[in-house]
Amino acid sequence: MIEAHGLARSFRARGKEIAAVRGVDLDVAAGELVGFLGPNGAGKTTTLRMLTTLLRPMAGRAVVAGRDLAADPVGVRRRIGYVAQGGGTIPESRVLEDLVMQGRLHGMGKADATAQARAVGERLDLGELLERPVKSLSGGQRRRLDIALGLVHRPDLVFLDEPTSALDPRSRANVWEHIRALRADLGTTVFLTTHYLDEADALCDRVLVIDNGEIVATGSPAELKAKVSGDLVSVGVPELALSRTAEIAGRIAGGDAVSTSDNTVEFRVPRGDLALPELLRALDAAGISTTSLRVHQPTLDDVFLTLTGRTIRDAEEAEVAA
Amino acid sequence: MLRETWLVFSQAMRLSLRNPAWAVIGVMQPLLYLFFFGPLLERMTANTPGFPPGTSWQILTPALIVQLALFGASFVGFGLLAELRMGVVERMQVTPASRLALLLGRVLRDAVQTLAQAVLILILAFTVFDLRASVGAVLLTLVMVACLSLALSSCSYALALSLRNEEAFPAILNTVLMPIFLLSGIFVPITQGLAPDWLYTLSRWNPFAHVVDAERASFRGEFTTDALLTGSVVLFVMTALSLYWGARTFRRESA
Repeated sequence: MIEAHGLARSFRARGKEIAAVRGVDLDVAAGELVGFLGPNGAGKTTTLRMLTTLLRPMAGRAVVAGRDLAADPVGVRRRIGYVAQGGGTIPESRVLEDLVMQGRLHGMGKADATAQARAVGERLDLGELLERPVKSLSGGQRRRLDIALGLVHRPDLVFLDEPTSALDPRSRANVWEHIRALRADLGTTVFLTTHYLDEADALCDRVLVIDNGEIVATGSPAELKAKVSGDLVSVGVPELALSRTAEIAGRIAGGDAVSTSDNTVEFRVPRGDLALPELLRALDAAGISTTSLRVHQPTLDDVFLTLTGRTIRDAEEAEVAA
Repeated sequence: MLRETWLVFSQAMRLSLRNPAWAVIGVMQPLLYLFFFGPLLERMTANTPGFPPGTSWQILTPALIVQLALFGASFVGFGLLAELRMGVVERMQVTPASRLALLLGRVLRDAVQTLAQAVLILILAFTVFDLRASVGAVLLTLVMVACLSLALSSCSYALALSLRNEEAFPAILNTVLMPIFLLSGIFVPITQGLAPDWLYTLSRWNPFAHVVDAERASFRGEFTTDALLTGSVVLFVMTALSLYWGARTFRRESA
């Protein structure tokens, strides 16, 4: 559905050439739900704007929804839906009116556009709001309208730029449901960007991690987490038993990266749940009583940290400072 | 393309009609001049040598209509900047709709709005005041103001799209519009009899001065003078160039 090679784009700012995206390769199959994960400023939106014909790539080429990006941008536009980060609704317009307009810009006749607008409105729980002015909608309702606008013309591929940023937790969960249903019911391919790790984790079949304009890793959330070399086990023990405990931890099969601090010993094992019984038996045999015990499964945040040496939050703060 | 232009036009028109405050505010300034400045000009025109021929209303009314277009249509870019900020333009750009239609639909809406305001000014000038002009002159003036509006709003959109800055946009417009406005001789005609040579020469470089002169000539019923021909040619060229600039900017803004 998307095949891109070496997409690159830079911007001029204050006389300096700043590379926003430096050679991105993408391969998204039909029916996939793929997430583009990275801190703000990593080049997610720039890549998305190139794939949706809004920005001309300075290098590279791409085939999007079966049409060549450079040779047939109109063909691409016909076949994709695009939901920008800020949406694109008209506050003075009414919900149905806005949806019908979008369908008609996609070349649909008035009757077809109206029927489809109602259907897509129904699908995104906007059925009751169709005659309301857009400016009277709540944040979550408006976001659903943004998404509906990207779907009126029944595209095979939808791009969602930060679909849930600035939404409250309930609206977020609701939007997630709709995105899942989109793929499940209609078979739509979804390509979304997010800087929320939990969102990528909860929603996506496959995650592309982008940092500094380059893709640094790709895989399912589980595969990516496996790159962090296992679960983190932390054992609380009395201070006197620290070194003994560390020694025992080092002997656990697959145990690695043992460290001690204050009253805890931490180490990594491929499967924390399997290592615990062995650890407890060994500690018991040594007469060491544990004060706490925790298995921490890696998150995508850990993945980002492992891959780039910093957390997403650090990366964003550095971006702000720059 | 025509269908898409019509779509964009009718949507823009519907939204404008829903919120007519801007159109009312736009026509207020020329109306105020018509009522509070127009009557002053009556005796001045008669007693001052150097004024062009014709009654004060034949001099002022066409000028006010040019003023209306000059200040009304030039600021339409503001609306586009708001649409850009809200992502409306981008959303429309990721559809197969022609880029030219996205411009023309908006530009035509602006022209219709300017025409409606111009008609209001003309009606008042005819009924409340003492304007006399032929039907032909009125129709010609309306055609000219429509062209002027097309030209100015295209430029306004092109400028807004290139700048993408809601602070720089009005600053640049005000800087450009004030001299254009004054050098058009809208309130007091810049004639050889009234103005020093250098000012007169300067005003001849201002295309809008020619448009004002042409409209005044048509109101006087002089359909065969140089002024009308020059003004029409200037206006035609200006409109063509502006539409070209607008279309090019709209196309360039996306891949």
